[in-house]
Amino acid sequence: MTAVTERPAAIPAPEERRARLKHRRGSRWMHWVNFPLLTIMIWSGLRIYWANDVYDLSIGSWTFYEFFPDGFYEPLGLNRKLAKGMAWHFTFGWLFAINGVLYGLYTLVTGEWRHLVPDRRSIKESFLVLAHDLYLRKEAPPQGRYNAAQRLSYTGILILGAFAVLTGVAIYKPNQANLLTTIFGGYESARAIHFIITMAFIAFFVIHILQVIKAGWGNFFSMVTGYELDPKPKVTAVDGAADHGAVTTPDDGANNEQPENEQEADRV
Amino acid sequence: MSDAEPTPTAEPIPTASEKPIDPRQARYEAELAASKSLSVDEFRRLSRRSVLFGGVAVAAGFFGFRGIQKQEEADNIPRLLRATHEFNEDLWRRLYREDHLAKTFPPSEASVLRVKGRHGIREDIDLDAWRLNVDGVGGRIATLDLDAVKALPRHEMTIEHKCVEGWSQVTTWGGARFSDFAESFGSAVEGFDFVSMNTPDREYYVGLDIETMMHPQTLLVYDMMGGDPLDSEHGAPLRLATPLKYGIKQIKRIGTISFTNTQPADFWAERGYDWYSHL
Repeated sequence: MTAVTERPAAIPAPEERRARLKHRRGSRWMHWVNFPLLTIMIWSGLRIYWANDVYDLSIGSWTFYEFFPDGFYEPLGLNRKLAKGMAWHFTFGWLFAINGVLYGLYTLVTGEWRHLVPDRRSIKESFLVLAHDLYLRKEAPPQGRYNAAQRLSYTGILILGAFAVLTGVAIYKPNQANLLTTIFGGYESARAIHFIITMAFIAFFVIHILQVIKAGWGNFFSMVTGYELDPKPKVTAVDGAADHGAVTTPDDGANNEQPENEQEADRV
Repeated sequence: MSDAEPTPTAEPIPTASEKPIDPRQARYEAELAASKSLSVDEFRRLSRRSVLFGGVAVAAGFFGFRGIQKQEEADNIPRLLRATHEFNEDLWRRLYREDHLAKTFPPSEASVLRVKGRHGIREDIDLDAWRLNVDGVGGRIATLDLDAVKALPRHEMTIEHKCVEGWSQVTTWGGARFSDFAESFGSAVEGFDFVSMNTPDREYYVGLDIETMMHPQTLLVYDMMGGDPLDSEHGAPLRLATPLKYGIKQIKRIGTISFTNTQPADFWAERGYDWYSHL
């Protein structure tokens, strides 16, 4: 295969690609600040949970998973650290809650919530997104900045965070905040809900990472810089290029893949 | 463009031109087109700056975390974390209301409390020879036997006992209100901020704030499960019980009660736990 390295003069220059603002500064800051905070909350929370690790998944007498198996805690330094776990948890819980509240307010004030809140079609469309993501369906449903599944999960995760804090307070001060404890069905129920929320956070994290990998570098990097480059211009077949058996991808200088392709071609 | 054309690198062409564009998509695209944008060169410069800044931020976060972990400890936790325990204590003490009662349960839901802590009660003692010492700042105020405590009005409560480990259990305690006990000494024990309690061998000791001690659900307990005498492993002959604190504060086999104005030492607080440990 011959790589096309020069654009024939007859081909008009493509429109200039621009990088457009996708994530505002506030969203990016609070997103990235939340990552270590939530990590510390889960890490210290598991140190607390270790002291009374009673939950499992079971149907009747058949237990198919215990939270957590022996050998889970020690390699992660989670065992015999209850006091330190509590100390970290009740320190960083403040920062986690404050960051979450600020983020909620921020989306309201900036109008960002319009991109995030599900609409009446979101539940139905999220199944289509899922089918698309699992390669069961060719087309993704139409979307704005976020697709239906993203809207549901990015709104859901904020609600989950709020409930993590509320159930946390319910078991932190079950007497002084007993209204909350009662709402969550009592002390033990609130503790179980708090744990389930934590597991949901971990599930969200895993899926989030997979989706970010799938969406690619430009999408990920836009959460760092705020900007994302326009998609590559549409590929156009050119009469003159047909001889080469290839189609030109207009090179605007920003396409990092092009030189690699050339090198590959050279090696071949 | 038709499929017949050679398009090895082309992605499927969106069908947008055939179907009406989704209004959300149209709105987003319009917003994107109107939003701030950078040239490719500007974007590259921004990217370099961002990577640099991000690297510094990740390093700062990591070293900040390690810094706390390696910080000099105050009673077995990093000083910063001890400081937030104290900040939290200050906040929740302000929110404390003496007339706010912990939830109670029907006695039928109670069961004999599981036994965890054995500090200070490992050796058997002669219950008949046991005496309760009461100290003030100036020294011993009284030495009492169990009958003196039993002479005070008996109160019973079925509450949810909570262990710092995370488990809880509904159980029934019977005994005298600490507030009645304290008031029986009149002015000798008035005006103190804290109460300290020790086991007779002084192996186990707790420090408590006076607000908790004077709460109506804070009992000097001598019977359990609705009238059974307090057994040895639950802290015979006299223990503390209050639903306002974790079990670590509810000392078994009290030997000495001291009223004081300085925050008393506390066995588990010295081992990294929150001194206040309030619920």
